[in-house]
Amino acid sequence: MATNTAAGSTNLLKLWPWVVVPLVAIVLPFLFDSGHAINLLSHMGVAIIFALSYNMLLGNTGLLSFGHAVYYGLGAYVAMHLLRSINDAGGEGLPIELLPLVGAGAGLFFGIIFGTFSVRRAGVVFAMITLGLGALVHSSSLMFTDFFGGEAGLFGYRDEAPSLFGVDYAPSRNVYFLVVAWAMIAAILIYLLKKTPLGWMANAVRDNPERAQFVGYDPTIVRFIQFALSAMFAGLAGGLFVITDEIVNDEAVNALTSGAVLLGTYIGGIGYFIGPIVGGTLVTFLESSLSAYTEAWVLYFGLMFIAIVMFAPMGLVGIVHTQYLNWKAGGWKGNTGARLYILLTGLVGIFGLVCVIELAYHYFRSWDPSAPFALMGVTVDATNALPWLVSFGIAIIGFGLMLFHGNPMLKRKLGAKSDGGKA
Amino acid sequence: MTTRNALELKGVKKNFGRAEIIRGLNLEVHEHERHVIIGPNGAGKSTMFNLISGRMKVSDGSIKLFGNDIHNLPAHKVNRMGLSRSFQVTNLFQNMTVMENLRCSLLWSEGHKYAFWKSVMGQQAVTDRAYELAERLNLTEQAEIPASLLTYAQQRSLEIGCTVASGAKVILLDEPTAGMSRTEANDVIQLIQRMTGENTLVVVEHDLSVVFELADRISVLVYGEIIATGTPEEIRNNAAVQEAYLGTEVH
Amino acid sequence: MLETIAYSIFNGVLYGTLLFMMSSGLTLIFGMMGVLNFAHASFYMLGAYFAYTFGLGTGFWVALFLAPIAVGAMGALVERYGLRRVHQYGHVPELLFTFGLAYVIEELVALFWGTVPVAYKAPAALNTTAFTMFGLDYSWFKVFILLVAVAMFVGLWALIKKTRAGLIIQGALSRPDMVGALGHNVPMVFTLVFAFGCALAGLGGVVGGIHFVTDPGMAFMMGPIVFVVVVLGGLGSVPGALVASLIIGILQTFFLSVNFSLADSIGTLGIENSGFFGVLWHMEATRIAPVLPFLLLVLTLIFRPRGLFGKREA
Repeated sequence: MATNTAAGSTNLLKLWPWVVVPLVAIVLPFLFDSGHAINLLSHMGVAIIFALSYNMLLGNTGLLSFGHAVYYGLGAYVAMHLLRSINDAGGEGLPIELLPLVGAGAGLFFGIIFGTFSVRRAGVVFAMITLGLGALVHSSSLMFTDFFGGEAGLFGYRDEAPSLFGVDYAPSRNVYFLVVAWAMIAAILIYLLKKTPLGWMANAVRDNPERAQFVGYDPTIVRFIQFALSAMFAGLAGGLFVITDEIVNDEAVNALTSGAVLLGTYIGGIGYFIGPIVGGTLVTFLESSLSAYTEAWVLYFGLMFIAIVMFAPMGLVGIVHTQYLNWKAGGWKGNTGARLYILLTGLVGIFGLVCVIELAYHYFRSWDPSAPFALMGVTVDATNALPWLVSFGIAIIGFGLMLFHGNPMLKRKLGAKSDGGKA
Repeated sequence: MTTRNALELKGVKKNFGRAEIIRGLNLEVHEHERHVIIGPNGAGKSTMFNLISGRMKVSDGSIKLFGNDIHNLPAHKVNRMGLSRSFQVTNLFQNMTVMENLRCSLLWSEGHKYAFWKSVMGQQAVTDRAYELAERLNLTEQAEIPASLLTYAQQRSLEIGCTVASGAKVILLDEPTAGMSRTEANDVIQLIQRMTGENTLVVVEHDLSVVFELADRISVLVYGEIIATGTPEEIRNNAAVQEAYLGTEVH
Repeated sequence: MLETIAYSIFNGVLYGTLLFMMSSGLTLIFGMMGVLNFAHASFYMLGAYFAYTFGLGTGFWVALFLAPIAVGAMGALVERYGLRRVHQYGHVPELLFTFGLAYVIEELVALFWGTVPVAYKAPAALNTTAFTMFGLDYSWFKVFILLVAVAMFVGLWALIKKTRAGLIIQGALSRPDMVGALGHNVPMVFTLVFAFGCALAGLGGVVGGIHFVTDPGMAFMMGPIVFVVVVLGGLGSVPGALVASLIIGILQTFFLSVNFSLADSIGTLGIENSGFFGVLWHMEATRIAPVLPFLLLVLTLIFRPRGLFGKREA
C-alpha cells in the first residue's frame, strides 16, 4: 500500500485489511474491558483519524506542518459549543452521532481561511507559516476566553444529547463503537481520496511541482484543496474527541498536540497508508501506558523519532515492508542468521540503554536515590556502581556487537552472494 | 492561403540585474511547422524557452500564442492555452511508473481538473490514451517500471510523450538529443516526427545534422537576438550566420 | 507617556539584544547551511545550565567562557554524527531531526537538573545599581547584557567582513559548490559553522538564563520567538537579525507597558465586550503582546518571505 504507487489492481483479495481491522477493533473492548483500556482504545481511534489527516499533508503532498492541531482543536471547540447548546436546550437538537461532522465543518472552514495564504509555497516557508499560525491560535485561545473557555476549558455532556439510534452513550464502550465507525468512514474516505485525480496530482506536486505545472495543474490549488480536506478530517477527529472526553481546553490547539501528530505519523511511516495508523496507535499507547511505568517516556519517544529520521526515514512500517520484500525476493537466503543476530544484538543494546535511562531517572529525579528500586524485575540501589556498570555493559556489548560484528557479517555475506552471482 | 502564426515574439527582453540576456527578440513560428532554434552556447536559447513557457517573466515585449498574450502568465495557464515543453535536464515524476507519468499528463487535458470524487483508474479514456501513447513511445514493456529506473534515452522519450500527452498544440523541446549516441539520437528524431505530427514544434538543438533533418525553418539566436530565420537551405547559405555561428570566414 | 516610551525603549532594547544573542547563530547557520535548526533554543538553554553548573565551581566569569565552548562542542557532535547523515535526505528531514533533538535535549535537561528552575543568578559585582531612570533602578548586569550584545555584533561583523574565514563563509553562502571546488573542506566548514552558531546561542543562554529564568521550559518558550526574529530579519542576514530583534523587543515591551485598549482610547462606540471583534476592541494591549511576534511572523512570510534584509527567500 505504498503511496508512491497510487495505482493498484482492484483485486478483492487485497481488501482483506479493510475487513480484518474493523473486526479486531470490534472484538478488542471485550478482551480489554476495563474502563481505562476502553478509553485508551477510543483515544487511539481519534489519534488514527488525526494522523491520517496529517499524512494527507506530509506524506501525500510533501507539506510539513507544525500547526495541524489548529484544525483539530478548532473543530473540537466548535463541536463542544454545539454540544453545550444541545445540553442547554435540554437534550434537543443534533444527534450526538453527527457531532463530529460539525467539527469537520469547522476544520474545513478554518482550513479554507488559513489555507489561502499558507500553501503558496511548500517546504520551509510553509512549515514556518504553520508554526506561526499554531502559536497565533494558541495565544488567542488564552485571549478569547468566551470562546475557548480560558485555562479551565469547556465541558459538555454526551449523554444529554439525542441519539440517532437510541444508544445510551454514558458507557464508554458505546462511545468506542462510535469512534470505530467514524474512524472507518474517515479511513475509507482518505484512502479513496488518494485514488482521485487530486490525490494523484498531490503526489505529483510533492515530487515535482514544476512538471505538474507543465501538465496544466496549479500546484498552489492542488496544495490548497489537499490542505482544506486534511483540515476537515482533523476537525472530524477533534469533534470525536469532544464525545470521548467531554472536555476541551487549550491543549487541543497547542504546539505539543501538533508535535505529537507529526512525531507519530513520521514514526509510523509517511510513505504508507497504514503508517499513520500504526503511528497514531503507538503514540497514544506509549503516552498513556508508558507514562504509567516511567517518567522517561518523552525521552524514549524523542530518541525513537531521531533514530527513525536518521536510519529509517520510511518509518516502522517501512522497515517491516522493506525486510518483507527482501525476504520475498530471496534476499534472506544464507544470511537469515546474520539478520536475526543484528536484530537480537540491537534489542540487547536497547535493553541496556533503557536500563541506563531508568537508573538515571531514579538517581536524579527521586527524593531518595538510594531507595531500592525495581529495574526490570531486579531490585537495585541506584547509588551503587554495580547496576550502572551492568546496564552500560549490556548497552555497549549489544550495540557494539550489532555495529562491529553483526553489520560487517551481513555485508560480507551479501557481498559473497553478489560475487557468487557474478561468477 | 495565409498560414497562421502559432507563436509570435515581439521585442522580448530579459534582464538579470544589469545583464541583458535577451535583447529585443522577434520570432514568428507558423502553425504546423517544425521550427528549430540554433545558436552558440550562452546565446539565450534556454532563457527564451523559459520566457515562452511561463517559467520566467519577461522584462519587456510581448509573446502571443495563437494571437493571445501569454507572457508573464504562470506556467500552468500557458499550458492550458495549448503550449507544453520538455527540459534540458530530464524532468519527470521520478517515483511514478511510466503509465502513471502518462496518466498524470493526461488528466488535465482530459478535463478531470482537481476532481476528488472520481477514481483515476476508473477513467477508461485516460487509460486507453495512456496505453496508446506508451505503445507509440515503445515503452509498453516498461509500462509498470518507475521512471527513475528507465535508461536515459527511455526517460527522454517518456518526457516527450508526457509533453505531447498534455494536449498542447505547440510543443517546445529543449535539446531532446543532448547526451545521446548517434543511434539513440536518430531514434529520438524519428520518435519526435512520429509523435508530433500535426503539432507546431519549436526545438532547441545543437547537433546540426539533427537540425537539418528535422527543421522546416531555422532561426539563429546569437547574443539574445535572432539574426536570421529561413529554410535550412537559406540558413546554410546565409553569410551572417556562417560568420556568427558556424565560425567560417566568408570572403 | 514620555516615561512609558523611554521605559519601553530601554527595556525593549535590552530584550531585543537578548533576542539577537539567541538568533544570530540561527541565522548564520541557516545562511550558510540552509538548515533551519529547530533545536537552536535548546542550545540556548544548555548555555544557561552549563554556565550555572560550571559557575558553581569556577565562578561566573570563567563559566561565561567555558559554557559557550561546551555548547559549541555539543553542536559540533550533533552536526558531525546527526545532521550530516540526515543531510542526504534533504532539508525537511533536517528540520525533523532538529525538531526531535529539541524534545530530547529538553528531557535530558529536566533529567539532570530537575523540572523546577535552578538558582542561576548574576555575580554580586553585577547586582549593584548602575543608574536610576524614572525611579527605576538599572543594575550593572543590564549594562553588561548590552555590552555583550554589542561585542557579539561587532565581533560577528568583523569576522564575516574582515577575515579569511568570513570570506569563505560568505562564499559558501552563495555558492557552496564553488567553495568546495576551490579546495575548502565544506563538511568541516559546516561542522565549524554549526558549532559556532550553537556557541553563540550558548552565550545568549549564559546571559539570558540570568535575565529570565533557567528552567527546562525556557527553550520551548523562546524557540518560536527566535524563529520570528530570523524570518523577519531575513534568513541568513546578521544585521537583519539585529534590527528584527530590536523591533520585536521594543514593540513587545511597549505593548506590555501601556495600559491601553481601543475601547479606552477611541471610546466604546457602543461596541459590546463580546463577539470576536468586540472582545478585540476591549482587549488590553498587555494581553495582545504575546501574539504580536507570531502575527509578524505570519505577515512577513505572506508578504515578504525574504524578510527585511534577506537576500533569498526562505
